[in-house]
Amino acid sequence: MDATYITFDNLRRPAAQQALQAVPGEPLLRARSICKRYGNVHALSDMGFELQEGEVHVLFGENGAGKSTLISTIAGAVQPDSGELCMHGHPVRLRNVHEARKLGIAAMFQEFSLAPHLSVEENIMLGAEPCRNGFIDGKARRERVAGVLKRCGFSLDPQAMVATLSRAQQQMVEMAKALLTQPKVLILDEPTASLSEKETLALFDLVRKLREQGVGIIYITHRIKEIETIGDTVTVLRDGKYIATVPVREVNHQRLVELMTGRTFQDLYPRIEHRAGEPLLRIDGLSVRRVGLEGASIEVRAGEVVGLAGLVGCGKSEIGRAAFGLEEIAEGTVRVKDQTIARPTPAGMLAAGLSYITSDRRNEGLMMLRSTQENITLSALGSAALSRLGLVRRARERSMAQQLGTRLRVHPLDQDKAVGKYSGGNQQKVLISKSLARPANVFIFDEPTVGIDVSARVEVYAFIKELVDAGDAVLVISSDLPEVLNLSHRLYVVRDGRIVDHMVGDEVEESRALLGFFGDPILSHQDHP
Amino acid sequence: MSTPLSSLSSTPAAAFSAKSWFVKLGILPFLLAASILYFAGSEPRFLSGDNLFNVARQSTFLIIVAMGQMIVIVTAGLDLSAGSIIGFSGVVAALALNQVLGTSPEAIWLSIAAAVGAGLCAGLLVGAINGFGVSVLGVPPFMMTLGTMTSLIGVTLSLTNGLPVTGVPDEFMRLLGYGRVLGMTPPILITIGLFVLVFVLLNRTTTGRYFYAVGSNARAAQLSGISTRKHVFLAYLFAGLLAAVAGVLFVARTGSAEAMNGQPYTLQAIAACVIGGVSLFGGMGRVRDVLLGALFITILTNGMNLVRVESYVQQIVLGAVLIVSLVADQLRLKWLT
Repeated sequence: MDATYITFDNLRRPAAQQALQAVPGEPLLRARSICKRYGNVHALSDMGFELQEGEVHVLFGENGAGKSTLISTIAGAVQPDSGELCMHGHPVRLRNVHEARKLGIAAMFQEFSLAPHLSVEENIMLGAEPCRNGFIDGKARRERVAGVLKRCGFSLDPQAMVATLSRAQQQMVEMAKALLTQPKVLILDEPTASLSEKETLALFDLVRKLREQGVGIIYITHRIKEIETIGDTVTVLRDGKYIATVPVREVNHQRLVELMTGRTFQDLYPRIEHRAGEPLLRIDGLSVRRVGLEGASIEVRAGEVVGLAGLVGCGKSEIGRAAFGLEEIAEGTVRVKDQTIARPTPAGMLAAGLSYITSDRRNEGLMMLRSTQENITLSALGSAALSRLGLVRRARERSMAQQLGTRLRVHPLDQDKAVGKYSGGNQQKVLISKSLARPANVFIFDEPTVGIDVSARVEVYAFIKELVDAGDAVLVISSDLPEVLNLSHRLYVVRDGRIVDHMVGDEVEESRALLGFFGDPILSHQDHP
Repeated sequence: MSTPLSSLSSTPAAAFSAKSWFVKLGILPFLLAASILYFAGSEPRFLSGDNLFNVARQSTFLIIVAMGQMIVIVTAGLDLSAGSIIGFSGVVAALALNQVLGTSPEAIWLSIAAAVGAGLCAGLLVGAINGFGVSVLGVPPFMMTLGTMTSLIGVTLSLTNGLPVTGVPDEFMRLLGYGRVLGMTPPILITIGLFVLVFVLLNRTTTGRYFYAVGSNARAAQLSGISTRKHVFLAYLFAGLLAAVAGVLFVARTGSAEAMNGQPYTLQAIAACVIGGVSLFGGMGRVRDVLLGALFITILTNGMNLVRVESYVQQIVLGAVLIVSLVADQLRLKWLT
């Protein structure tokens, strides 16, 4: 085997330059048996992937399936433990993002790599400033930035400070930065996550233009509609392994989800009996100024799962957060059982029997460095069950944590282990255990399965079923559309801070939900029957 | 409630490597053992009864202040005003003493009670100001306590016109300074008592647990229905109180009160916490280790004095030890998660 890798050091040699030219029959980029471990976790094992010129290749998989590790490897941000990357059939070794960029691989990651206090222009040229006599050549920089913005069709003020831009505009800056070097391989990690519909369409136009120019595009998205609209080929990953590569034309939604989860639909989502009783949670005319939420009214009854669906940032999450006292309520009322709570606070809502399971485990859910036991019992510690006169009843605390951890199947359960050492799935289970430490009848799950593997996901759903069967009320807020579609007995759709649709029972279906998401059926024109 | 305590036996019995011990205990036990061995080997007087008694007595102030500092650091805060509180509360106590004795010279016990009460209240007051600034006004702890530290020195100096307050009666000094109870001086007994109290507070009470929770993840604590403001406030109150105890005891020991009396203790207390494995990011740390950290600093100073290390060199050694422990702390955190 040819052992001469192309690296940054020998890039300028003629042989290397020649190897970077297209070779007939060889893909633009090929990853072969890539392995990457973090501690005991196999982020990628024996991963293979091929990208052709002029192709939009979608990577599809759950959170934690290995998509991010794969693109980080290709972009040079992560070094694989073994395996190789080839460009035009020629092995390359990338030690960092800079080297990858020199070889024509550019990436736009979800976490923006922008310096917020520098201008658009300074950010785009960061690390590649044109210099004359050791000083930055301002004129050349302005020209190059104007050029790339024009090529992309972005109308941005090059002098504006990045921190003052909207998220969508910041993304344009990131995109311009990636396209500055005219890459052959462009990696887009959930590029539409924060874009409005119009901006999304503009982005698709740009992607199509690049595809025509022969750029190979690796595209990560969770939205199946997007795959159908813009993708040519889709590669599915699961648990760090390669599952399948299929042309987009030949698959449908259900098949993709089955490939992604490794289960059939029936396996993944439990059947939950709908036995609606009295209303346990009523939110009336709720408005939250900060996010432009207006007049949201929902009701969740005992013995039912109600879903809240919508795009990221539409305000659906804030409905749950406001009800738990995490957002300032401008107008509206929150009722739990027969009790109207004028000013919700977490302490008050917990006392009223409402539990909110946050979507952000790391930042507001768990104390990562503290033990499992302390995490599980935290909200119940002050109650008479666990303390007397301010003194913790330690044996009771321990047995409660043991009981709840076992019930949620935290496995292996070690009460003294720092929660941060658990996998995402186990962390989520600890988080849910915690919500059970206080007696509650109303559970608000905000993105209940974000960042956890399939088996944990199935267990979380089974647990939701358990709650509902026992007569509790469950509100599921999720950006994972199949999840809310398949769990909910009733589904509310939120768009731009308003509830725009309410489906009951058999009315709950994807096309109607998507119609609600986007307002008009632009993105669903390629709807499969 | 019939769940078996099976998890008690779940500690892995296999891994007894140096690394796992280090992750478990921190660097302190190693430093402590090394310094004791070294000083015992190079200077026979180090292990003499007199010297050990000396170390215990010297370490009391630092231990008390460090425990207060620790409570604040556990909530992800910092108290730079601890040293100033020592000076301030000492001066207030001494002034109260003189005031009462000036009007009624016979009322010696009343004057002592007034002095202790006034000194402790002075500390609580400063603690409350710190706590209010950090928890209600949202001033970063570093800036807030830097501010109180600076103004407090000014306040104390103007109370005394810049002169030391003297005329402390012998009864006061014997009771709280050099007397003997059960063969030990009062400060040692008081320190032991306070250690037990702080230990119980942090390990057995809900309030203590909430300190850790607030420092570990304030948002998570809030979502669990815990008032972060209240607990941050309380932490500074405790720190102020403990520093004030040290301040009153200091006056009893030296017989005079001065604004600048406690200054070195601020940074030494922070150092004792860090060497004791208390994370400056909050949420982590044990009182026992803080006690050992304060002891270690005292032993190091004492030992270096005995083997006649120049005071400039002592400074270098103390600084280096602090940096080494911080690096070790980082490493430990990394291995812990």
